[in-house]
Parts: sequence; structure tokens; C-alpha cells
Amino acid sequence: MDLSFSPEEEAFRQEVRSFIRDNLPDKLKGKVRRGDLETKDDYLTWHKILYRQGWVAPAWPKQYGGPGWTVTQRYIFNEECAEAETPMILPFGVAMCGPVIYTFGSEAQKQKYLPRILSGEDWWCQGYSEPGAGSDLASLKTRAVRDGDHYIVNGQKTWTTLAQFADWIFCLVRTDTSVKQQEGITFLLIDMKTPGITVKPIIVLDGAHEVNEVFFDNVKVPVENRIGEENKGWTYAKFLLVHERSGIAGVARSKKAIERLKQIAEAEMIDGKPLIETDEFTRKIAETEIDLSALEFTELRTLAKESRGQMAGPESSILKIKGTEIQQRITELTLEAIGYYAYPDARSFGDNEYPVGPDYAVGQAGHYFNMRKASIYGGSNEIQRGIIAKAVLGL
Amino acid sequence: MDFSYTEEQTLLRNSVARFLADHYDFETFKRVSRAEPGWRPDIWKQFAELGLLGASLPEDFGGLGGGPIETMIVMEEFGKALAVEPYVATVVIGGGLLRRSGSDAQRQEWLPKIAGGETVMAFAFAEPQGRYDLADLTTTAKKSGAGHVLNGHKAVVLGGPWADTLIVTARVGGGQRDANGVSVFLVDKKSDGISARHYPTVDGQHASEITFENVEVPASNLIGAEGEGLPLIEQAVDEAIAAHCAEAVGCMRVLQDATVEYSKTRKQFGVPIGKFQVLQHRMVDMFINTEQSVSIALMATLKLGESETERKKAASAAKVHIGRAGRFVGQQAVQIHGGMGMTDELNVGHYFKRLTMLDTLYGNVDHHLKRYAALA
Repeated sequence: MDLSFSPEEEAFRQEVRSFIRDNLPDKLKGKVRRGDLETKDDYLTWHKILYRQGWVAPAWPKQYGGPGWTVTQRYIFNEECAEAETPMILPFGVAMCGPVIYTFGSEAQKQKYLPRILSGEDWWCQGYSEPGAGSDLASLKTRAVRDGDHYIVNGQKTWTTLAQFADWIFCLVRTDTSVKQQEGITFLLIDMKTPGITVKPIIVLDGAHEVNEVFFDNVKVPVENRIGEENKGWTYAKFLLVHERSGIAGVARSKKAIERLKQIAEAEMIDGKPLIETDEFTRKIAETEIDLSALEFTELRTLAKESRGQMAGPESSILKIKGTEIQQRITELTLEAIGYYAYPDARSFGDNEYPVGPDYAVGQAGHYFNMRKASIYGGSNEIQRGIIAKAVLGL
Repeated sequence: MDFSYTEEQTLLRNSVARFLADHYDFETFKRVSRAEPGWRPDIWKQFAELGLLGASLPEDFGGLGGGPIETMIVMEEFGKALAVEPYVATVVIGGGLLRRSGSDAQRQEWLPKIAGGETVMAFAFAEPQGRYDLADLTTTAKKSGAGHVLNGHKAVVLGGPWADTLIVTARVGGGQRDANGVSVFLVDKKSDGISARHYPTVDGQHASEITFENVEVPASNLIGAEGEGLPLIEQAVDEAIAAHCAEAVGCMRVLQDATVEYSKTRKQFGVPIGKFQVLQHRMVDMFINTEQSVSIALMATLKLGESETERKKAASAAKVHIGRAGRFVGQQAVQIHGGMGMTDELNVGHYFKRLTMLDTLYGNVDHHLKRYAALA
């Protein structure tokens, strides 16, 4: 066992660090810090910069356009991105649909979709949840009926993140109603421009338009857009859920968030001295940091397993549960730290207007509200605990 | 020992509840809080006609002669409706300060106006550096002739845009955090030298940053003896804390009921999610938190008239308990509602936001835990 990085790995870290320093636009950095990435361009600018460097999809095999990094290099890359507060690369194309396509898709599908995912030409969104199928995803009802060389899709998806920008949606649809729920599901790639698709915004707690309802009314989807076999979609979906989970711990980003929390606590005054000098607040930060250290090493153990070629097992639900709990705790503590300046609604300030209160307080209450989603999405934390109980503990 | 309400108190609750049900539904709250002016001056007049604004004020001044229990009743119903009207600032803070410490002339002038809905007040006490310490003041009031001249910056003045009169705390002497040398003034918001920046708050209210630049305040607007205002302010704030605890209880009750109801109708895996034991226990904990909050809000209310130490301890105890309970109930209500709990469309998230901000108002859990420990 060895915790240190090799000289090659240290050199790699320097390479990543200077690349980010030289290429990340200042304007974007400010937006990430304030949590107000909003336009399509805000998200795509950094995606395209990384694409040109060949770094946009660290986990992809080299043959499909990945950089061919080791697990350690990917870890270092994530750390540096978090440290520099780069925008996140949205997971829907790169981390979710892409791996499904290169693992289960046909040669034609790989050629058609993968390069456009990497380049950012195609924006993907995820058509999983439905109004009646949230935690119980397998009960989904959106129907696809075969009609010659097409499927006709009818139904509704919901909580579809950033579908308002999407060119494509990958969907779980029901193709057989006569068998066990999990056995009648098919994985389809659907062009968002197809007639019959309507996207309706859902505004969330902090006022953001982040998610949507997507309606399908007799939408014609070519059979060639099906991934793998008909009625085998659940297998591909489960694969993807594991993929969704491995990045979900967010350790590097949480480290950065704690660092920023400490800066805030240094600036905020209480009884004439900085908040960070009070025992009660410093202890709360320390507790969170300790939790995060344990999670970091749990993640490293998972990564080590992965680097030996083993798939992450159901125990990776720990990463989702603890990762999101820590993220939420940091937003809580940040809210506590800023005192009364949690009140102003940052969304009411224009782009060229000075915010009310210190810069670091802007948008923090909204961020706290918004991050309640983290214990709900990607399989709620109750569902994750259920997975561990059943698949790990055998209960 | 008797925890029952009088007939008048029950009537008051029923009339507030009915009035708000008829005039203050959730959609109305959202619409009003998002448009100018952000509150309902018309409904303020109706509150006055119903007797709400005078419920806790003396009969001699147009009130109904009630006290903290009446305030608790009104505020619990306000909490259920997410009402934003500045009842606490005007009636509890303004009315309380004047009733207890105002001169005869001040009481004659202001209390009937408060009860009659003819004045709207905002409490300008917080400052950017002061956090929750009511005495940490850089706003100064310098003697000038018979009156004072105010200079300083007040932060996050809730209801600031709507007020005609500001209740302003300022330092007339002593060091920045000294207990002595604090005074409280009524200031006409139209006075020369006042500038304000108004903005909406994250919980559907409106607030202002207010700057005072050589604002002249007549001697008749100083409440209490010069430099001895802190105990008056502390008592008013403890009354406000009790009132906001009742508001939080109203919010928690709505969330508790809504969550249990949702868990009975929302089906996953072929059963209502309320059948899952893990959620049952969670909702039982929400229930326990809510009931304990009802109790401690009542305690804080009933102890407002006791010794200074008892009053302060009770107010801080309630603030600590309700700060924690409100966070738990709010977060779990969102969690159990799943994605729906995250939406702007459903009321659940709005109660969660209000509860979150109520923890901050007048000092959060840490602040009041420390205050309680220092008193115990």
C-alpha cells in the first residue's frame, strides 16, 4: 500500500493544472462559484475546451476517444477540476449514454453518436423517471409499439434535467406489458426534434429551470435507434445506474466547498471575532471534514478495485449516500455561516447589479434549497440503503 | 394548571383561520409575493377590522386587551398561510415597545394607529457586522438640539419596502458591543437622509438595506430613557421570537399533515409509500418534533411575563428546539415528497424555505444555545 503519487503522476497533475489555468475563462469561473450556470453556452464552453484537448471523457476507452488515463490520473484530473472550480461536465452524454452505447450499441450507433457526444454537438438528456415511476423505476409506463421499422412512443417522462437544451434523449420505454416489469423494457435513443415531443419546464425551489416534463405523443422512432435487444433495456439501465453512481461521491468538489466555507467563516464576524474562531462552528466544520476523509478513502478503495478490473458492486451505494449527505451538510453550514445575508433572493439581482451583502453569500440559500435534490435523485438515499440491505447484507 | 383557551381565544383562532382560508390560499401567496408591492395593504386593513392588529394591545388604545397568547394564535395561523404581512414588526415589536416603554403621548399617538391598521412598521436592528448580537451596533444617534441625528447602515430589514415607520436601534454612547448606550427610535421612513435598496427574500418576503445619513429624529420619537434601550429591545425580540416560533409551528403542522397525506396516496412498488416502515418512523419523528415544538412555543409564550432570566431562557430554548425541529421537518417533508417536494409548484418547498429562514431570524440554534447556556 502506498499513498504517494509517482513522479509521472505529479507531472501529470502539473500538466492538468496549467492547462486549466491557461484555458478556463474567468467569467465561467465566477459563474461556477455563484452557482449560476444557466445558458447552453455556459455549459458547453468548457466542454468544448476539454474536447479539443482530448480530455472531455476521462473514463472512455481510448478506441472511442478517451484519453487512456489510469484510474489515478482520472482521480487527479477530478481533483484539479474541483480545485480550479471548472464547470462540471454534464453526465448525461459523456458519463451515462456514451458508455451504454460503446458497451451495448451497434457499430453504426457507435460511429453515429459517440463523436458527437465528445464534441458537444449533441446534448443528451435522460428519459427515465415518470410521474408514476420514481423510486420504482421499473414500473414505467411510457409505451413503445412496433410499427414496421419504427416504434410509436406515447407517454411522459419527468424530472428530465436540462431537456430544454437537448438534441437527444435516451429513454426507457415499455415494449411488453405481458411479462415481469423488468423484462418488458427497451432502451431507445430519441431525436428531440421528432414531431410529437413537447418539453414543459418544472421550476424548482430556488427558482431555477433545471428540470422538465417531456411528453411523447405518437412519436416515431426508427428501430435502428434501439440499443441492444428489445425488452433487454433494464440490463442496460442498471449498468448505467452503476456508472451514474461512481462519480456521485463528489469528494473533490466537497473538499473545495469546505475550503470556501472556511474562508466565509474567516470573514464572518461574531462577538467581534471571526466565526472560524468559535468552537461550536469550527467543530461542525471538522466533523464534516472527517466524514469526507472517510468517504475519500472509501472512494479510493472502490477505484483501486476498479483499476484491478473489477466492477464496482452494490456497496458503491455508500458513495451516493455519504457523498450527498456531506454535500448537503456543507450547504447547511454555509447557510449558517452567512447569517442574515442568507435572506436576499439572488435571482432578483440583474447581471450588472451589485449583490446585497458580501459576494460569498450570494445564492447560498438557493444552493442549500436546491441541493435537497441530491438525496432524492439518482435513486433516493432510501432506495440506496435498500440496495445495501438486500444486495450486500442479504437481508 | 390550565392549557385551555378562553372562548374569545377560540373565536379569534377560528376567525383568523377562516379569514385566511378564504383570502390567503397558497396560489394567492405566490402571486402576491412575486409582484409589486409583495404584500397586501388591502388585507392589512381587513386584519384591523377583524381586530387582529389590536388583539394583543390594551383596550384603552383600541386593542382587544389580549396578550402573548393572542399573538401566538394569530401567528400560528399566519404560519399555516405563509402570510408575509408585517404583523410581528408592527404589532409585536412596535406595539410591544410602545405599550411597555412608550410615554403617554407616544402610546396615545401610536397604539390606536397600530390597532387600526394605519401604520406599518419595520424593525431595523441587524447590521452587516453584528450577526445576532442586538447590541453590536455601528449605527450612531448623536444628540442634536432636543433630538438625535442618525448615521449608519441597517441590513436585511424585513418588510422594509412596505413600512412607513422604521424602528431603529442605534448607539448613543459606549463601545460597539456594550450593553449600555443603546437606544431605540421610531423613524419616519420619508425623513431626509434615508436611502433604501429593496429586494425580495428567498422565503417570499421583501426586505431592504437601509442607510441613514444625518437623519434627524425628534426627541418625541425616542422610546424609553436615552442609552437604556437594550433591555427593552431584548424583551421585544423575545416576544417576537415567541411569535415566530408559533409561526414555525403553523408551518410544521402543514408539512406534517401534507406529508402523511401524500404517503397514503403515492404508490411505488405496488403499495402506498406510507406502508414502508422506514418512512413511517421518519414521519413519526416529524410528528414528535412538531408536537414538541408546539409545547416549547407555548412555554416561551407563557413565560414572557416572568423574570428576565426565565423569559430569556424560555425564548432561547424555544428558538433552539424549533430551529432544529424546523430543519428536520422541512427537510424530511421535501425528501418524502421526492421530486415533487423540490418543485416551486407544490406548497411543501415554500414552507421548508420559510422554516429555514425562521431559524436565522433573531439568532440561529448556535446563538440561542449559547445564550441559554450562559443564563442557566
